[in-house]
Amino acid sequence: MTTDPVLVVEDLKMHYVTRAGTVRAVDGVSFAVARGQSLGLVGESGCGKSSIAMTLLKLLPDNARLVSGSIILNGVDLTTLSEDQMRAHRWDRISMVFQAAMNSLDPVYRVGDQIIEALEAHSASAGRDAMERVRELFDLVSLDPTYIRRYPHEYSGGMRQRAIIAMALACEPDIIIADEPTTALDVIVQDHILREMQAIQRSLNMSMIYISHDMAVIAEVCDVVGVMYAGKLVEFGPTTEVYARPIHPYTKALMSAFPSVRGEKHDLTTLPGEPPDLLDLPAGCAFHPRCAYATDECRTSIPPTVQRGDHWATCWNPVDDLGGE
Amino acid sequence: MNVSVGIPASASLALVSAVNLAKRYPVSAGWFRRDRSFIHAVDGVSFDLMPGETLGLVGESGCGKTTTGRMLVRLTEPTDGQVLFKNQSGDLEDIAHLKGAPLKDFRRRAQMVFQDPYESMNPRRTIFDTVAEPLHVQKIGDHSERFERVSETLSMVGLTPPASFLFRFPHELSGGQRQRVAIARALVMEPSFVVADEPTSMLDISIRTGIMQLMNELADRLGIGYLYITHDLAVARYMCSRIAVMYLGKIVEMGDTEDVLQYPVHPYTKALLSAVPVPDPEATRDALSIKGSVSAPVDPLPRCRFYDRCPIADDYCRDNDHPPLEDKGAGRLAACHKA
Amino acid sequence: MSAVNAQHAVPTALWRARLRLALQSLRENWQLFVRTRIGIIGLAIIGLYALLALAHPILMNTVWEPRTYDPVVGYAFDETQQPAPPSLKHLLGTDPLGRDILSQLMFSARSEFLLGLLAATVTVVIGTAVGAIAAYFGGWVDTLLMRLADIMIMMPAISVLIVLSALIGVEHFELALIIGILSGFGATGVVLKSQALSVVVKPYIDAARSAGGGHFHIILVHIVPNLLPLSFLYMMFTVTSAIFSEAVLSFLGLLDVRMSWGLMIHTTESAGYLLQVTEFWWLIFPASLSITLLCSAFYLVGRSLDEVVNPRLRSR
Repeated sequence: MTTDPVLVVEDLKMHYVTRAGTVRAVDGVSFAVARGQSLGLVGESGCGKSSIAMTLLKLLPDNARLVSGSIILNGVDLTTLSEDQMRAHRWDRISMVFQAAMNSLDPVYRVGDQIIEALEAHSASAGRDAMERVRELFDLVSLDPTYIRRYPHEYSGGMRQRAIIAMALACEPDIIIADEPTTALDVIVQDHILREMQAIQRSLNMSMIYISHDMAVIAEVCDVVGVMYAGKLVEFGPTTEVYARPIHPYTKALMSAFPSVRGEKHDLTTLPGEPPDLLDLPAGCAFHPRCAYATDECRTSIPPTVQRGDHWATCWNPVDDLGGE
Repeated sequence: MNVSVGIPASASLALVSAVNLAKRYPVSAGWFRRDRSFIHAVDGVSFDLMPGETLGLVGESGCGKTTTGRMLVRLTEPTDGQVLFKNQSGDLEDIAHLKGAPLKDFRRRAQMVFQDPYESMNPRRTIFDTVAEPLHVQKIGDHSERFERVSETLSMVGLTPPASFLFRFPHELSGGQRQRVAIARALVMEPSFVVADEPTSMLDISIRTGIMQLMNELADRLGIGYLYITHDLAVARYMCSRIAVMYLGKIVEMGDTEDVLQYPVHPYTKALLSAVPVPDPEATRDALSIKGSVSAPVDPLPRCRFYDRCPIADDYCRDNDHPPLEDKGAGRLAACHKA
Repeated sequence: MSAVNAQHAVPTALWRARLRLALQSLRENWQLFVRTRIGIIGLAIIGLYALLALAHPILMNTVWEPRTYDPVVGYAFDETQQPAPPSLKHLLGTDPLGRDILSQLMFSARSEFLLGLLAATVTVVIGTAVGAIAAYFGGWVDTLLMRLADIMIMMPAISVLIVLSALIGVEHFELALIIGILSGFGATGVVLKSQALSVVVKPYIDAARSAGGGHFHIILVHIVPNLLPLSFLYMMFTVTSAIFSEAVLSFLGLLDVRMSWGLMIHTTESAGYLLQVTEFWWLIFPASLSITLLCSAFYLVGRSLDEVVNPRLRSR
């Protein structure tokens, strides 16, 4: 595994302009993903994690504004590309796996034909070569090759998600963004698919960004994790570090609110309040109204970055042991 | 047709008993075909639920857990079997086929909380209208009494002060608040039994715990019996004293929650448990031994429902009917020839 | 809060909240409606004709002398030749029977409105009831109502009206009822049923059932209010078809009406002026243009309401 970053995101800001005001969906996010690495973005609904996915792919609705920042994929800044240039990059260099698997496949075309179309559109291969490639891909995601000539509605939920993954892999992209790839699936199917995705990623030395609300899924599949709250990354670091020694009170609260079937049955803690209104964010640290450790500084000033090696968080009152006065 | 059977209370301590419950849906196979197929959504499910107890019904989608729950509150009429429900005089009454006034009366005692807090409230009605609806249709109290009762119930579910919620509309509330309103609506008639169908699965983690704690606390305080339906074993662990694991319309294992999670007996329970991801990056799990996915139970063969996917099935399992749910020691029930 | 106070305060607060929701959604929908523009054009045309209709009785009581200007029995004694071309006294001229065209036009506008609105109301009341009942009960009730709808849809409305008008005297009121019944039990009922189907599967319907709510309660409190936006939309389309049907039947001389736009063209036709459009334009254009304009106006309003009601159609 080389350490040169495949994707570098710098100070990314994406806002939605609505009638009620400006929604700061992604508000100054920076991170890098190395080749072969898998990054997890975890957070609750409305924290901006899916907006990041849409921004990276530049699949934004009309009312979205890319305010600032750069997205450098293999030395090319995606923010400067035209829609035509971007279309050439999508699938080819950066591709995606979305949650609503049913909507990602066109119901009137055979699944195999849809993958071939994607291959031909990027002139990766055509004709018999393309068919051969589809066979390889089906094999890679453990789909029965007889299903190549079937329609999406003949697939089960898990098979559809496999087909989507096959399509995402078709052009051997540098990075795949998976937004809640297994959320609608049952645990057993989820387990199969996550394991396969991990194996494929390792064998192809590909980078991944997993986006999920599920702390457990992220813990299992990601090397590095970023915790998001109100459009910002509030904590980032190697997964083992973040889970074992969270710095930010929000991360700590998420961990202790998450039930597990294994190990000791610990008491679940409840976070007071609700996630903030992105139209009207609290001053200072956006988390302060719900934070048990909040002080006056938190209410007025943007929190500083607390660095612990390659693990950091933005907080005035870090809750890891080193942070004690 | 009156099928209420007056079984004296002494015969059973249960609040609700499902006895061989079954629900079959015909699969339409054209207009002129006589030999219709049936989906066996729920197929001979039996269990007792004690007053004040929370029983978890867990399984994957399509296993029949929601249909079972709906039959217990008579939103779905069973094809076969009985639902024995303890009425005010302490007798068990079969509510499986009630109609008219007795059914309406039963509705005061059994309620349901639904999964989706966005869809379970009429967007055109105020919170007061929504929570007072059961009182209104049951003609309980006059306007001011209903107002008092709705306010009390709202404070009970943590929506305080109630006055600031009464005259608002569902879209003005957050998901967590809406689910609290849904719980208030279920509790406003002071039922003795509530079916909760995945009440937290659509909520964020930080909100979910609060709702789980609220439901636990209300169960203790009001002595409500819950049937808690969930696909999430981890949530069941925190909500339920006992759990029943369902697969293709059958209960395959039932016992004390912690026991079942620590020492699963049925191969399906084992698979289900080992498939649950753990929020600990250093933990390792064994790869699953089962393959494939759940298929719809259309006219299932008379053999173990889990046969096709079971890692330990043999010829005996293939040649014999679905195993009965029997005691495997220490109060654990499992339906497996091999366990 | 004391019990006595609560007795009065609760309904007041409830109605205030409901009013607030109604006003809020009205305001939001109005903004969307305005943005579609075509709806505003339609509304302006409707407003114009409404003014004409309202102005007619006033004019008849003040400046217009009934003997000359009555739309049915008047006669323009001041003109030597009938039909007379537009003049200062008769802005749109007179018809072959010497009656003032503008007066006829304005007088008819009122009956067109009454006809349209009555037909629309009947349609929507029947259509909403059919849709809600068929969707809620399903089974044989649904089958029965939908087969009836098939018959209504297959029936060629104009031919039926022609037969009926030959059998019984059909005036505006009967016409409105017939159109309302055909469309309410027919196409409108089917559309509202498909909308109702998406309402009956909502968990709040289950919640109402598990509260012990009866069929009547659920249909009236939960289903019908959620159908109203679409019902209102179909009212607009029914108005269009009612005005159009009336024009056709009057033109064929099959309606027992005293005056209408269709009848004005019928008069022109029976007096033999229909093909001399360039010479006697005032006999044809005012009436036919009015039919076209008012029909299109209601259609435009309907189209733009469609965008308000169905967010998927909204242009970004």
